[in-house]
Amino acid sequence: MTRICIDPISRVEGHGKITLQQNKQQVITQARLHIAEFRGFEKFIQGRPYWEVPVLVQRLCGICPVSHHLAAAKAGDMLVGAKQLTPTAEKMRRLMHFGQVLQSHALHFFHLSSPDLLFGYDDEVRHRNIVGVIQDFPDLAKQGVLLRKYGQEVIRITSGKRIHGTGAIPGGINKCLTTDDRDFLLKDIDQIVEWGVSAVGIFKKIFYEHADYHQQFARIESNMVSLVRADGALELYDGGLRVRSADNRLLFDHQNTNNYLDLINEHVESWSYMKFPFLKSLGVEKGWYRVGPLARMNNCDFISTPLAQQERQEFMKLNNGLPVQFTLAYHWARLIELLHCAESIRELLPDTDLLSGELTVKGDMQQTGIGVIEAPRGTLFHHYEINEEGLVTKANLIVSTTHNNQAMNESIRHVANQYISGNEITEPLLNQLEVAVRAYDPCLSCATHALGQMPLEVNLLDENGLILDKKIKSSNYAG
Amino acid sequence: MPDKIKIATTSLAGCFGCHMSLLDIDEKFIDLVELVEFDRSPLTDIKKISDCDIGLVEGAVANSENVEVLRDFRKHCKTLIAVGACALNGGIPAMRNHFTLQECLEESYVDGMGLDNPGIPDDAELPMILNRVYPVQQVVKVDYVLPGCPPPAEMIWNVLSALLEGREPVINARDIHYD
Ligand code: SF4
Repeated sequence: MTRICIDPISRVEGHGKITLQQNKQQVITQARLHIAEFRGFEKFIQGRPYWEVPVLVQRLCGICPVSHHLAAAKAGDMLVGAKQLTPTAEKMRRLMHFGQVLQSHALHFFHLSSPDLLFGYDDEVRHRNIVGVIQDFPDLAKQGVLLRKYGQEVIRITSGKRIHGTGAIPGGINKCLTTDDRDFLLKDIDQIVEWGVSAVGIFKKIFYEHADYHQQFARIESNMVSLVRADGALELYDGGLRVRSADNRLLFDHQNTNNYLDLINEHVESWSYMKFPFLKSLGVEKGWYRVGPLARMNNCDFISTPLAQQERQEFMKLNNGLPVQFTLAYHWARLIELLHCAESIRELLPDTDLLSGELTVKGDMQQTGIGVIEAPRGTLFHHYEINEEGLVTKANLIVSTTHNNQAMNESIRHVANQYISGNEITEPLLNQLEVAVRAYDPCLSCATHALGQMPLEVNLLDENGLILDKKIKSSNYAG
Repeated sequence: MPDKIKIATTSLAGCFGCHMSLLDIDEKFIDLVELVEFDRSPLTDIKKISDCDIGLVEGAVANSENVEVLRDFRKHCKTLIAVGACALNGGIPAMRNHFTLQECLEESYVDGMGLDNPGIPDDAELPMILNRVYPVQQVVKVDYVLPGCPPPAEMIWNVLSALLEGREPVINARDIHYD
């Protein structure tokens, strides 16, 4: 049995690795995506005051900090008994979130994934990255850089900082927009919408050139989970949970997110620090599902902005109105959402509620706070329990990428069986596994790996040779 | 292009915010790639670092693989820069030092809400988690540190462009935020 390891997976956020087991006949007998990150947020925020949480927990992720910031703030709303935010607060938060999804989707597509699609998965390693895109497709690369920049500027203006800002607080927000801010953002928005349209166009062109290959690549059939608006529209900031089965039945609809523990449980596997959520009603084996742009596109009934809605109609024709299941469709759905965010920002900016109004509301303090949002990568759950002094006593965070854990494993298994099993292993073949993982835009978060066998004993010495830490591994390492 | 300056970047126990702040130089990133070549970095598919002029390290040291990668970076980079609060003093990841590692693991995998089969992952493929989280400078010598969570894009740009031009980098006081 040979062990093959891709470590670290690159052009994704954070670190994970893929291992394959291959027998003498070169048949792949096992394919796994391992997440080696463990940071212990759920423990170490215990004892911290609830109002600190939105600023603290966003440090889980520097690519989508706003999602954590807002999910924690929404949980905070519930804690301070704020049943309904003021229009100013709600609209400012939505604006911040549209900026966030726009920048994250732009980063993911242009900076991280486009090299595989533009150059092919077997392009030369040193060229297959954003620098290669800048050299070979300078206009396209520049659009990507400027789309991301615009989203980051929306975040800066609404939260004070591009990364790890402080705009949302339990019960509302801490500032609104000035007319200068608004005019600054209005100046470029038509251009941004136009680039949003062309981004979807770029993907479609690449897709239709090899439609069969793209539809078959890493294809799996799964249940889909997302929030939807009360009228069934695509919704990123707030809404009820909709669960659609692989065979297109609505298993749940408009479920109150406060009851998420009745719907979803998590399974632990010894080989990954990332848990495996599943729908309780279907059990571990059948209850896994996908979240994120693909799930949202399939789950919603329509999109509220016209250009994105038009694109969605074309997208849904791919499978005659039934859920689109092929994995690379994530990119397509992601770019339609990017366009939707650009259009939504354009619709929202002239709203005078952004310029003035009450910033916060308060009610009776509660001890449980649950905040759920659609982050760029999918549904994100934050759940906090606090004591009478307002200090956190318990927390549960289910981040978007965790929901896709089983799906990513299924996808790499599919690629391993389809393209790698029985063949000589080459770098381009292995990159195809990463292409499948990248479709999900995983936020594997941080813990780095080096190639090679792991030591069985580690002594961490400081600069002067003194022992800082010592760890011994008891399990047998098979190599 | 043999005379391009080679840069490697990595994230240890961090959130990628410092990498995002590097990308926040926006259009200047397009100018930057004229001058430099990226070696191992989350932005490229190069998995193993080779000799580089500059290494940027984000994040704290929390497991055995962080240690290996960090040492590898020190060995291969002429100038090593610790970027951001996590690298500098452990930052948010070091908040777990208030608890034992066992307590943290149990909270997530044994006492967590909605678990169907409690148990702490322990497969040989997983790196060993250190008992405590350490700043980068406690494990290797670093040449520069950039404070901030994350350091602002202008600071990263100023320091990089000074190094590229062979000047001694200076950090502007106005680029330092306390949050
Ligand atoms: S310093 Fe801040 S931005 Fe940088 S990795 Fe650490 S938490 Fe993220």
